[in-house]
Amino acid sequence: MTDITSNQNGPRPTNATTEAVRNSLARRNRKQVILQGFGIAAISFAIMMLVILIGSLVSSGYQAFTQTHVQLEVFVDPEEVPASGLPRGGFDDVLSASLGKYFPDVDMTSRADARDLSMILSNGAQFSLRDMVVADPSLIGQTITIKVPTSDPYDQLAKGLVKRDTLEANRRLDDAAIERFDRLQELGMISKPLNTGLLTNADSRFPELAGLKGAIVGSFWALLTCFLISFPLGIGAAIYLEEFAPKNKVSDFIEVNINNLAAVPSVVFGLLALAVFIGWFGMPRSAPLVGGLTLALMTLPTIIIATRAALKAVPPSIREAALGVGASKHQVVFQHVLPLAMPGILTGTIIGLAQALGETAPLLLIGMNAFITSAPSSPFDSATALPTQIFIWADSPERGFVSRTSAAILVLLGFLIFMNGIAIYLRQKFERKW
Amino acid sequence: MTLAAFLLLFAATLAGYFINRRAAQAIRNNGMRLHSLENFHGLYSALTVLVPVFVLLLLWLMLQGPVVDRLLMASLPEGTLDGLGTGAVQLILAEIKSISRGTIFGTPEDWKLVAADRLVTYQATSTALMLAVVAVLVVVLMFAARRRVAAEFRARQQVEKITSGLMIFCATVAIFTTIGIVAALMFETAKFFSMVSFTEFLFGTSWEPQIPIRADQIAAEGAFGAVPVFLGTIVIATVALTVAVPVGLLTAIYLNEFAPHKVRQVIKPVMEILAGVPTVVYGFFAILVIAPAIRQFGQSIGLDVAPNTALAAGSVMGVMLIPFISSFADDALSAVPQSLRDGALALGATRAETMLNVLFPAAIPGIVGGVLLAVSRAIGETMIVVMAAGLIAKMTINPLDSVTAVTVQIVTLLIGDTSFDNPKTLAAFALGMMLFIATLLINILALRIVRKYREIYD
Repeated sequence: MTDITSNQNGPRPTNATTEAVRNSLARRNRKQVILQGFGIAAISFAIMMLVILIGSLVSSGYQAFTQTHVQLEVFVDPEEVPASGLPRGGFDDVLSASLGKYFPDVDMTSRADARDLSMILSNGAQFSLRDMVVADPSLIGQTITIKVPTSDPYDQLAKGLVKRDTLEANRRLDDAAIERFDRLQELGMISKPLNTGLLTNADSRFPELAGLKGAIVGSFWALLTCFLISFPLGIGAAIYLEEFAPKNKVSDFIEVNINNLAAVPSVVFGLLALAVFIGWFGMPRSAPLVGGLTLALMTLPTIIIATRAALKAVPPSIREAALGVGASKHQVVFQHVLPLAMPGILTGTIIGLAQALGETAPLLLIGMNAFITSAPSSPFDSATALPTQIFIWADSPERGFVSRTSAAILVLLGFLIFMNGIAIYLRQKFERKW
Repeated sequence: MTLAAFLLLFAATLAGYFINRRAAQAIRNNGMRLHSLENFHGLYSALTVLVPVFVLLLLWLMLQGPVVDRLLMASLPEGTLDGLGTGAVQLILAEIKSISRGTIFGTPEDWKLVAADRLVTYQATSTALMLAVVAVLVVVLMFAARRRVAAEFRARQQVEKITSGLMIFCATVAIFTTIGIVAALMFETAKFFSMVSFTEFLFGTSWEPQIPIRADQIAAEGAFGAVPVFLGTIVIATVALTVAVPVGLLTAIYLNEFAPHKVRQVIKPVMEILAGVPTVVYGFFAILVIAPAIRQFGQSIGLDVAPNTALAAGSVMGVMLIPFISSFADDALSAVPQSLRDGALALGATRAETMLNVLFPAAIPGIVGGVLLAVSRAIGETMIVVMAAGLIAKMTINPLDSVTAVTVQIVTLLIGDTSFDNPKTLAAFALGMMLFIATLLINILALRIVRKYREIYD
């Protein structure tokens, strides 16, 4: 064929075609550039969204990592706080009286003025003073220096979130309140230390006191339960399916089931937990135990799939060598294949647990969004978890909770990055090529 | 007490292991040849003690609550529970329980105090009985296992049989879970449809689940036509996919064909971060940044935009789905055999032409499967819509309007209300059933398509 055509048309046979190709080349290359441009635009869009996401969280959340405090000299008046009447006593009166000393022009006998003044202090200030006095009753009658958080509006003011140039009527603090705050600042009583309360306090209605301790502990219990259940079950199921199961209808069915389970919406798992664990078995509502159980069922498919991949990656030569020296099938798997696959299994497990840590919807349905002001001491106590705490705070109307929510998200993302970091480290440390 | 039972079991397991191992060693020291290694004799004892008693303990703990409740109810004086609804009975039960824990509000009736005392006795008896049963069982099992230690006892085979059984059990947990989901949903859904007609639910266009829970309460009558809820879900999912599909596909095309190796290595993990962000964070992002931005933009061009728009929820969900679609498309494109790519390039096609005319069509089944999985995710996604979409069901397809979704209704119907005897809470299970069926069908279809496609080139 080729011979004949070349003979007929001479040395430059496809002149017209080459010409057409040459003419269209610019247009075709342009198309290629356009396609590439679209691709770059798509990637830039995704990255831009990520940057905006993180940027907005950081810009609204970083301020929750500091907390405005007032340093006060407090005279613990034995008349207000009688030693015999602990822990009850007029601790709030003690505080507002000592606050009044810094404002000689405020008439402390007027209840309204006194209340306005003590609004500077957080509602929790009297309780921290009470705890100090109860712990050491000898303080009664003495003048002590304490450092207490300011209430949320003043905290916002100190952080510049309450703008001084907005109209007085539209502002959360009137001019007199700002004046009082400025006076305290002039006296050098205001400081903005690191907000350790964010991690060490439990939840509170008052943003300046609200912290994540309860949520972190609750998440810990739920994740622990989730790990203790899903890890052994997942490994067992994966080993069976990968190494022992005969290829028949039953094992096929199990496999299809696991794949489908991995794609069932999380809220359906919440319905399962609500109806079965709480409704039928009467397990406690809001408990991390039930949350952990639910999360375990959700994490199970992830762990099974990861474990199977890790087992598959162990070369057959290892198995054959062990079988060759007389090991039984079980011995081969448990003494040779499984230890070699362990890094991969752990990586998959950590990634599965990281997903479980961020899961919210099923926890909402089992009631882990309750308002609880103390950290749970066991998996049976009512608790919240980090993502549900974020959900609760995101719903709160107080301005101060916006930055708290962002800060809580940053803490959650911190945990996630930490877990993923461990997974990546494990993968790199133990990765081997056979 | 419960902890003591578990500790006892644990100790017995260890003890059984060492006793049997020592016994086997003794046989070997006598110069006899053991069939199995000493270790297996030990493991045999440990497993025969641990497995049955552990199962028994779990069952006991699971059933103790309901059984004790029922006994207590039966022991109440005649006539106290007559004519009371399940909610009222639950309330009485809860009161008795809180009295038994020592928290007493007001002055409860005498029979409640008596019942609380009885509850405490029942619970104490139950745990004591449990401990006794565990102790006896543990001893019996250890003894039985010890008696079987002999030179010719095939301990290894027995141990392997037990571990195989355990592994099969692990594998069937997935099936149990599915059965649990289906049973729970069906049970409650059946109750719901005994109160609300099936056709009203499926074709009714008015969704107002706020019903009076007590007779004297003022609330809407309640209407359970789910069409507006389904419609809202479809609107939000459509918005999400119009964002996610083009961006995801173009990302995959660029990464697969054009991106330099180094760029690919940077972009891939960045996409993974996007995929790893919890959905509650996306929800907060939607209400903090996207919804106000959309609203502001709408106002600047003179449009009236609701505070909770389908557009805000959908577009943020779209961002969440980008990495999902792009990784699926990337896999599908990579699975196209190199020979097709080489062939097209050898014929003089540009890279773009190769991609659009050869690779992409060849990868279409895999990509469609991935997109379908994304659809099922968009339908089942909860937190973003709960936080950023509306609560009121409207018959509208306007993405600038506030719509609600199936998952939103499930969550809002169930928060703070657990008695399963009124249509309001049961409606959530009916919606969940619809959600489960819809996503299951899409998932099966998607997995089929993906799998079938993979088989062509493998």
